Amino acid sequence: MIVRILEDGQYDVPASERAALDELDAKLSGAIEASDEAGFSAALAALLAKVRASGTKIDAATLVPSELTVPHESASLEDVATLLSSEEIVEA
Amino acid sequence: MGVMKRLTGVLQAKANKVMDRVEDPRETLDLSYEKQLEQLQQVRRGVADVATARKRIELQAQGLQQNAGKLQDQARQALAQNREDLAREALSRRAALSTQLEQLRVQHEQLVQQEQRLVTTTQQLQSRVEAFRTQKETLKASYTAAQAQTRIGEAVSGISESMTDTGMAMQRAQDKIAQMQARAGAVDELLASGTLTDLTGSSDPLQAELDKTSQTSQIELELAQMKGELAPPAPAPAEALAPGSAASLPDGAEADAEPADGETVEEAPPASQTAAGGSPDGAAGSDLFSLGSEGGNS
Repeated sequence: MIVRILEDGQYDVPASERAALDELDAKLSGAIEASDEAGFSAALAALLAKVRASGTKIDAATLVPSELTVPHESASLEDVATLLSSEEIVEA
Repeated sequence: MGVMKRLTGVLQAKANKVMDRVEDPRETLDLSYEKQLEQLQQVRRGVADVATARKRIELQAQGLQQNAGKLQDQARQALAQNREDLAREALSRRAALSTQLEQLRVQHEQLVQQEQRLVTTTQQLQSRVEAFRTQKETLKASYTAAQAQTRIGEAVSGISESMTDTGMAMQRAQDKIAQMQARAGAVDELLASGTLTDLTGSSDPLQAELDKTSQTSQIELELAQMKGELAPPAPAPAEALAPGSAASLPDGAEADAEPADGETVEEAPPASQTAAGGSPDGAAGSDLFSLGSEGGNS
């Protein structure tokens, strides 16, 4: 499964890690809904570490779309909320 | 739906918006490649803009430092002329400068990091565009096969995604620079005018007061230290009080001996004794505080 880390690149992560990623994703999502900055930072750091540890970086010659996208390292809760809120606008 | 899935949707929707989809996949490939080259150029210009903003901050910091050195010289001169009020004013201005310098240092650090990231992503993007260029001819040659059509779609989506990611990073960098620009303009004005009193930059009144107090005591220390460096302007009444070495002070009095002009002069901390002990040259009082932007100092 291809996972992109914004401002970093794409990683090929084994499908067996899906459950672990989903769990961290749920924490991230919960933190955003609760406007919990500390929880957000912790979940994002854990997610980034997980993707980098379990995945292998995709080389530049492989051009594929991503299945999942992780915010960039320095993203704040507000940054991500803003990105997500552009969902409807972009799709419209 | 999870955050990661939603973010992918946002990214791909933005990417698709940029891409012109056309009926013939071969045309899609060529159009996409043209667009990639265009965007790559934009990204390179963006990196250059970040570098320019960084250099501007470096120049400003240099200017502020020169002014700070000049203000210190002026304070010394003022003291030599028994104008403690002017010396105090010069040192307060210098204190405001150091606050300003600290803000510049933080901005500079952010820009350096951003620039480094952008340079890396631009290099990666360039490799991807190059890969796309070589692959598109192969894909075009075999485009009738259903499998090739899928691969064309993937290649185009994949690279569009990378383009969009880099584009968003660039946008963030540009936003940051825009934020800094207003501030940078203010610093330029300050550098030109030398009036730096309102720039402690704190919006919390209590903190502002605290900062002011700590700056004030620092100024007292610096004044005391400078006084210690200067020859006593009048016959010093302190000789009797100095325990020991009072007899043979050289008239330059630049030694780190006890301050010779008062009973209760605070001790300057030893760490700050490094100030250059230049002899005051009695410059004309009239232009002591004309803080023009010529930077003739250490």
